[in-house]
Amino acid sequence: MNLLSIDALTVDRGTARILDRVSLDVARGETVALVGESGAGKSTIATAIMRLLGDARISGSIALADAGDLLALREPDMVRLRGRRLSMIFQDAGAALNPAYTVGAQLVSAVRRNLGLGKRDAHARAVELMTQVGINDPEARLSAYPHQLSGGMQQRVMVAIALAADPDLLLADEPTSALDVTIQAQIVRLILAQTRARGAACIFVLHDLALASQACDSVVVLYAGQVVESGPVRDVLDNARHPYTRQLKSCVLEIGRDDLVAPEGTVPSHEDMPAGCRFATRCPRAQDRCWADAPPLETARGSHRFACWNPE
Amino acid sequence: MTLVDNARRGRRSIFARRPFFTLALVVAVGYVLAAIFAPFVAPYDPVAQDFNAMMQPPSGAHPMGTDSYGQDILSRVIFGARYALIIGFFAVAIGAIGGLIVGLAAGLSGGWAEWALLRLIDSILALPSLILAVAFIAILGQGVDKVVIAVGLSMIGPFARTVRADVLQVRVQLFVEAAGLMAIPRAVIIWRHILPNVIYPLAVQVTIRISEAILVSSSLSFLGIGVTPPTPDWGLMIAEGRAFVSFAAWMSAMPGFALALLLIALSIVGDGIREEFDPKLRGKS
Amino acid sequence: MPTPPRPVFELKDVEKVFQVRKPGQRFGRKTVGLRALDGVRLSVEQGASLALVGESGSGKSTLLRVLLGLDAPTDGQARYRGRPIRAVRDEGADFARDVAMVYQDARGSLNPRMTVGALIAEPLRRFAVVPAPEIGARVATLLTRVGLPADAAGRYPAALSGGQVRRVAIARALASDPSVLVADEAVSGLDVSTQAQLLTLLRRLQQDMGLTLVFITHDLGVASFLCEQIAIMYLGRIVETGPTDAVLTSPAHPYTAALRDAAPKFFEPIAEPLPGEIPSPLDLPSGCRFSGRCPRVQPDCHARDPHLARSRTRSVTRSVACLHPLAPVDGAGPVAPANPGPAPEQTRPD
Repeated sequence: MNLLSIDALTVDRGTARILDRVSLDVARGETVALVGESGAGKSTIATAIMRLLGDARISGSIALADAGDLLALREPDMVRLRGRRLSMIFQDAGAALNPAYTVGAQLVSAVRRNLGLGKRDAHARAVELMTQVGINDPEARLSAYPHQLSGGMQQRVMVAIALAADPDLLLADEPTSALDVTIQAQIVRLILAQTRARGAACIFVLHDLALASQACDSVVVLYAGQVVESGPVRDVLDNARHPYTRQLKSCVLEIGRDDLVAPEGTVPSHEDMPAGCRFATRCPRAQDRCWADAPPLETARGSHRFACWNPE
Repeated sequence: MTLVDNARRGRRSIFARRPFFTLALVVAVGYVLAAIFAPFVAPYDPVAQDFNAMMQPPSGAHPMGTDSYGQDILSRVIFGARYALIIGFFAVAIGAIGGLIVGLAAGLSGGWAEWALLRLIDSILALPSLILAVAFIAILGQGVDKVVIAVGLSMIGPFARTVRADVLQVRVQLFVEAAGLMAIPRAVIIWRHILPNVIYPLAVQVTIRISEAILVSSSLSFLGIGVTPPTPDWGLMIAEGRAFVSFAAWMSAMPGFALALLLIALSIVGDGIREEFDPKLRGKS
Repeated sequence: MPTPPRPVFELKDVEKVFQVRKPGQRFGRKTVGLRALDGVRLSVEQGASLALVGESGSGKSTLLRVLLGLDAPTDGQARYRGRPIRAVRDEGADFARDVAMVYQDARGSLNPRMTVGALIAEPLRRFAVVPAPEIGARVATLLTRVGLPADAAGRYPAALSGGQVRRVAIARALASDPSVLVADEAVSGLDVSTQAQLLTLLRRLQQDMGLTLVFITHDLGVASFLCEQIAIMYLGRIVETGPTDAVLTSPAHPYTAALRDAAPKFFEPIAEPLPGEIPSPLDLPSGCRFSGRCPRVQPDCHARDPHLARSRTRSVTRSVACLHPLAPVDGAGPVAPANPGPAPEQTRPD
């Protein structure tokens, strides 16, 4: 049984359909990448799982093992899940940490809230967590304020807070985009090692396909709020069936690449969204049918699925 | 955000989105129209005394009653709008133009000139505008024109402060540096890149501060050192009715109500304009 | 005025020291010198394309400001076609016309109260590029050249998307018909497809107009796509420079190798990252400033500070600041991990 099963998740805000019938599964201990360009809805999925979407209208279901449909839970039950079974880290760790408290105070409070430990035990656990996320001299760093730490250190603290209660699922929303490349690799490796050590699953929201191929077991490609392709990274990225996945991959500039064919156009706005496949306006293989009917997710092989009327 | 998003958003009128703003705007425009067409709208001459009809409560003949000289209060309130708006508008014009010059100079000069100008602004700001206006009246004497000048001068400080703050913020913007990189002369940079980005917030300030100017001028009249009787000024009317407030409350209440309504309407209009045109507030919505 | 054989930009031992408040002091007025640039040597020939690569705190932004004449170097010489940049800049509009800049924050570099048309017309008018009646037509030409519809001229920057705003900034930079384009992270923070569009545009413009390009980036993929030359910066110094392909295929400096390995590559395992973080420029390690993080550090690295020097084992166009540079790897593909190989031939700094 899957740890998390999202079925036909649809999110509307105002007149805009931000997510359109998104379905995806996360197995226990699996690392899943949500990739796509801005406006694809990758962060919205993560926020929807945490049920932090605010006033948006949501339909569909998000089933978490042993907890049922998260969308149907009462708020107090949801509060109990956040931090204990689900936790999240963000792109801007500096903004996610409260500048008025030391990182120690924030970490200890997370530990106490989620593990119900006493003050002394919580502090010991905080030191242990800081060591686990690779922070030297944890006792001293606990009494530092967030602004006294570098961006990489802040993100390490965020990881420590998020993993304090050994959650089943970690949501990492572009955790390294704001960091320097050499620090990026440190943080990605840290997140992978720590989630693996705990047997936790991880959903990475990423825009970098190459990084997704390095860090994750499976990948979900989103375009304008729809899943266009999903499955094991090898299948999806090496044997893409959806034209958008191929296009996205062809835009990744690896070192030494000299050929680059830029795709035309931009993502249509919500007012101009085609009724059928949302990629139709930019698709080199679009047919009449693509404009009228949205293609369903079809199975290619195993768990590799794609939504295209005219696949590659 | 795409082109289309913005275009669509702009098409839905501000009046439909902000009902309170619309209502307040209608009220404010009503005052302006009443002030302009006062001779045609007012049922009586505002300074015609009728000793047969002194201190009459509101009635069909005098909808707002009459005062102790038998002058029709409705007519005086309508003509009073003229004075209130004229004083408010011109006083703020003086304050805004003076504040713009002082604020720009303080924000752009640097060095001892900036220091001197800042101390000047600080010293003006140290006193509430009413006290300052009283001081100017003491120097200038009474009358509508003197009140305009006194209130206007007293507002230069607050205006200068906001202009300087905006200048400090704008002059470090990247587009100012970019213009400098293009070897665009400093005067042109100030005129084309700094000034427009300071003028818009200033225009918003103007709408908000008109009500303050009206309040200060009315306060001066109330204290008996603003415009001279029998000018139909609201502050003056409130002061005149003060002695009779226990048995002829309408004498003070009617101009007081007119004043309060105008001030509230102007504040809502000013806030609406600010929220609509301030890019910083707009980004948050 | 310009004499062709002179390099467009030439920096000789440029230093830039900022006075900052002493760390740890909350109220004190004591300042210490922060060495943002420390002995930078760089030469950019006419028609060259140079990528300046480094992480935050490497001094690349400061170097950019020196190149543009916005900051004067504290020490050393910064020359533009043989003459001091600051002097040329103060002299008149020639430098401003010839050297155009594209900011990373393109939106911030455009006055929000001006239309796109007015923004592009400004340099046209300032430098009298075309007679006044032809300005409208030239604006339309420039917009077409950067791939925007001509009716974009009537819009305000706020109504444009991130990619469109960058195009406007590029069009504005090109308006004065410059021979040098300096771009600061001009494609970062964009979606990959938008980034690809801008990169192909920049490459075409550079080829069509024969632009000299100085391109600041943190992305080695972008650097290798767009630029012939590369200079890697670390803590206020250039640690390695040379032809992009050669440098990235077989880096000589361990830092270059680490940067290359840290860039994501399809299906490669994530490389062992460098330990630690860039130290504060106020608290430099002794000897080589990379020694604290260097995977190949040797005892003498803590004692001696290497200077950028031509490597004897390599072609004359490559320079590296390392006491124990990596050996050239024959036939190594760009994705091959850096191979330490046998002990490298020792190169001494000049």
